[in-house]
Amino acid sequence: MNLKLKIWRQKNANSSGEMVDYNISDVSPDMSFLEMMDVLNNELISKDQDPISFDHDCREGICGMCSMHINGRPHGPDDLVTTCQLHMRKFKDGDTIIIEPFRADAFPVIKDLVVDRSAFDRIQQAGGFVSINTSGNTQDANTIPIAKENADKAFDAATCIGCGACVATCKNASAMLFVSAKVSQFSLLPQGKVEAKDRVLNMVKQMDEEGFGNCTNTGACEVECPKGISLENIARMNREYLKASIKD
Amino acid sequence: MIESSILRKVAMALSGLFLILFLAQHFTINFTSVFSEDLFNKLSHFMGTNPLVQFILQPILIFGVIFHFVMGFILEIKNRSARKVKYSYQSGSSSSWISRNMFFSGVVILSFLGLHFYDFWVPEIKYKYIEFLPEDPERYYEELVHKFHSPGRVAFYSISFVFLSLHLMHGFVSSFKSVGVNNKYSNTIKTMAIAFSVIVPLGFIFIAIFHHLNG
Ligand code: HEM
Ligand code: SF4
Ligand code: FES
Repeated sequence: MNLKLKIWRQKNANSSGEMVDYNISDVSPDMSFLEMMDVLNNELISKDQDPISFDHDCREGICGMCSMHINGRPHGPDDLVTTCQLHMRKFKDGDTIIIEPFRADAFPVIKDLVVDRSAFDRIQQAGGFVSINTSGNTQDANTIPIAKENADKAFDAATCIGCGACVATCKNASAMLFVSAKVSQFSLLPQGKVEAKDRVLNMVKQMDEEGFGNCTNTGACEVECPKGISLENIARMNREYLKASIKD
Repeated sequence: MIESSILRKVAMALSGLFLILFLAQHFTINFTSVFSEDLFNKLSHFMGTNPLVQFILQPILIFGVIFHFVMGFILEIKNRSARKVKYSYQSGSSSSWISRNMFFSGVVILSFLGLHFYDFWVPEIKYKYIEFLPEDPERYYEELVHKFHSPGRVAFYSISFVFLSLHLMHGFVSSFKSVGVNNKYSNTIKTMAIAFSVIVPLGFIFIAIFHHLNG
């Protein structure tokens, strides 16, 4: 297929950037989206031009590194997949594809399509963990009874790969889906309950300090999340946050 | 005003739910005007003269309305500034139009409230507390019918209620999520909330048109 690409180019964090048009030919429908980008970059390099920077790592949908806002949607037109799992067969010959970085003030552009998502790391550091004494007398996890329903919900929440698509698609650039998944994956389990109160207060505080917007329950995050993280987690986090604030 | 994003949401939700309670009460009284002039006059006279309603509930209501839309403005400004560089193209397929435009529907409702205050509340206050006219328990029905003579006003009222309906269709369900309700009753709540959001505004439109045609 032959495609027309409109891609955001930006030299560095301080320059202003613009959309630049590229044409690419002989794209195989079996290519992944990132392979198509690789081919384009090879062409640019052979013409002595600056290749387009974009984030990626595992290329199998597990690391959360790839991003890109493709034709108006984070991770592109397919549901429940990351950009690295998106295939060119989702597009037609002659299509124009608009490719932009994830946009949010809390995710500043570093170069081209690469954005700085370290705000998520700082939120995690504020409470997204369980403190355990690993001195040798740690209790075997299998001896702690956990209701199947809760184990399943905690597992679902834990499948969040921290890609930031929820922020990218939200009209308010809110990080609530991500943070609520990270809060829920622990608070649903007995191991995580001990620190649950501080966790939710600290993580939400950090989230607010990073400059993400306020959730207004539009539900776009849930639709665009490549891992299908449910909005239910946001209600759970609100509930826990309220309980923790009242008890404080 | 409130520092935490979640508490802002909760404040928005609680004030919204409070306004919904008020709306239910207002609707019930107005609806009596369709079938009983006498009952409507009696209820209005009670609401208009009862000191508890006048000096406690009414100020709380006014505070509630102002709080809700001031918070709404703050929320909108904060949320817009969380993404200063916009996308050149963003698909709208992942959320409903109304959920993205709560502020717009809110402003339509606010402009309606402006007219509504000018129509009913300002004359009431003037009548009772500025001109100190003698109370006439029969006057309310006449005043109501008189307001709905003008087709322009009926049209504007009706359009505003359509936006109220849209605002509530998202807002009512959303407010439960905001305060953390998510359990086996959530689906029932959602159905009831949507029914309320359609029936009550439609009912208000019906009342306006009814008096326009019969008045
Ligand atoms: C005075 C004009 C009004 C303005 C400017 C306004 C604005 C807003 C805004 C910006 C939101 C938040 C957006 C969102 O959560 O998606 C909201 C939510 C809401 N509004 Fe209003 N509104 C107004 C009047 C009303 C009225 C009269 C009612 C009810 C009778 C109402 C009920 C609600 C409810 C229930 C919510 C949901 C709260 C939540 O999602 O947490 N609003 N409004
Ligand atoms: S909730 Fe979904 S969209 Fe958001 S960071 Fe996690 S995996 Fe990505
Ligand atoms: S590159 Fe790892 S999820 Fe896409």
